[in-house]
Amino acid sequence: MSLFVAQILNSIQLGVLLFLMSAGLTLIFGIMNFLNLAHGSLFMVGAYVGATVAAKTGSFAAAIAAAIAATMLLGVIVERTLLRQLYARDHLDQVLCTFGLLLIANEVVRYIWGPSPLFISVPAMLDGTIRIFGQNYPAYRFAIILAGLAVVAGLYLLISRTRLGMLIRAGANNASMVSALGVNIKFLNTAVFALGAGLAGLGGLLIAPLVSVQPGMGEPILILTLVVIVIGGIGSIRGAFYGALIVGLIDTAARVYMQIGLLQLFERSVGQAIGPAIASMLIYILMAVVLAFKPQGLFPVKHG
Amino acid sequence: MAKLEIRRLNTWVAGLIILLLAAVPVVATAIGAPFYIAQYSRIMIYALAAVGLNLVLGFGGMTSLGHALYIGIGAYSVGILEFHGLTNGWLQLLAALAVGGVFALAIGAVVVRLKGMTFIMITLAFAQMGYFLAITLRTYGGEDGRAIGTRSQMYLFDFSNPIVLYYVIFACLAGTLWWVNRSITSRFGMVIRGSKSNERRMLALGFPTFRYKLVAYVISAQVCVVAGFLLANLTQYASPSFMQWIVSAELIIMVILGGMFTVFGPVVGALAFLLLEEWLSNFRSATFPAFGELVNEHWLAVLGVFVIVVVLTARNGVYGYVCRRGGGQ
Repeated sequence: MSLFVAQILNSIQLGVLLFLMSAGLTLIFGIMNFLNLAHGSLFMVGAYVGATVAAKTGSFAAAIAAAIAATMLLGVIVERTLLRQLYARDHLDQVLCTFGLLLIANEVVRYIWGPSPLFISVPAMLDGTIRIFGQNYPAYRFAIILAGLAVVAGLYLLISRTRLGMLIRAGANNASMVSALGVNIKFLNTAVFALGAGLAGLGGLLIAPLVSVQPGMGEPILILTLVVIVIGGIGSIRGAFYGALIVGLIDTAARVYMQIGLLQLFERSVGQAIGPAIASMLIYILMAVVLAFKPQGLFPVKHG
Repeated sequence: MAKLEIRRLNTWVAGLIILLLAAVPVVATAIGAPFYIAQYSRIMIYALAAVGLNLVLGFGGMTSLGHALYIGIGAYSVGILEFHGLTNGWLQLLAALAVGGVFALAIGAVVVRLKGMTFIMITLAFAQMGYFLAITLRTYGGEDGRAIGTRSQMYLFDFSNPIVLYYVIFACLAGTLWWVNRSITSRFGMVIRGSKSNERRMLALGFPTFRYKLVAYVISAQVCVVAGFLLANLTQYASPSFMQWIVSAELIIMVILGGMFTVFGPVVGALAFLLLEEWLSNFRSATFPAFGELVNEHWLAVLGVFVIVVVLTARNGVYGYVCRRGGGQ
């Protein structure tokens, strides 16, 4: 029972983290029809900037603000100078250019902060455990869940209740029509890109105390993010939310329960050998199954 | 569209490069620099993989960002079977092609229906699946990979002799080029290229494009499996890093750099890309030693800039440019 509660919480924590990444990526894709492989680099930059500010000032709140501001600024600069030219081009060009950016970002980070990983400590206020469902759980991890859910609520309000959100929805539906109606679509694009970048930066910062902050740390999470938006339906923010929770749940649960289940079925050595192997493949198999039956994803954007 | 007729200049260029590649072991032995043999063996292996990838990328319009998976399958077939004492190279190759075929059929059946961005993301995700699977194989070295003690025993060909291995790789590359060159103008190739430019029209004409594209995908994957098999024999190593997504991206860059709509372009691209990589990672500057060191340390960033510049300015690639100059379109 206690293991179960902890695993569910862990999977929700991974889920909200994936949502922070996939919300931005799916919005950018939905509106600009653009795949940004360097989205993981923004995650990495958020973690690095946050870690540095936290170490300098000792304030985690300042670290959050700095990480979001830095990644948004970086997003705006890169969007205005380079990525904007790629919106109208082939997806292949977009992938290769953002791949080039990703290589550059990794090396710049390595140049500025050095090759060895950075570690930041959990803020003192959250450095304990809390009791939840009769179970001790690290307070910081629980805070990530709360922060993530707050972002989900905020994003929901932004998209469904504000003028900017209305334009984002309209842009995702038919960008050229929105432009024809006199909306500055270039500004809208930049705003969406900055929003996505900020969310990725926030995600990177939130996870920073739990992992080692190092060059290339954004790439594994980028791949999971791609799986999330494929499962959820590309361009759909609702899909990104449910997709993130599903992937988080399966990825976490598979690693734990697959092992336990297989150990009962097979002898110890076999179970230990194939358990992690199957667990690591499970979300990709899920993705293949989803695509085979619903190529548009589970929660596709409704057009027209 | 692809240039079908044999044009003078590009045929000359391609022929010259083939001849130069054929001469590498002779020259390297003569000047007493045998490391060139290994270096150019590696380049030709990636060229082989890039030519295979180009079958779906350039001619089929399917942007696969996951072909490194098949290189990994080829390499691990050698590594795993050797671990269990099976060193017969023909059996290893057979096993590699069988496993690669099953994977390519299964993945291909899911992906070839998809288009554009989804295709890119799914192929990438499947390749990552293979990568993480390889990492969990602790028996076979896990994250570090595994050194292969004995190279594949091919009987007729002695792989422990680098010159023999070189010419086997050369023959595989030349054979594949010859086959691709023939097949893109065949009925099969025409259907593939037709469904790239307008799939609906091909369907209306009555071609089962799904089957054709699936076959193209499987063949393209199998070329990469062979490349992986050769790579394991060259490096005597099977490692998850062979199927990192970086490798898949590099293969695409080789294809683009050389010229995506040409048969021979990927070979030029692989040569240019890997020689540049080699040059950058050993970069020295006599006048500005600090600058040389900086480039040397962060050469991947220079590569990143190079990739962006190539994509933004030189869409037809180096060899594609030669084709254009030679043929004039």
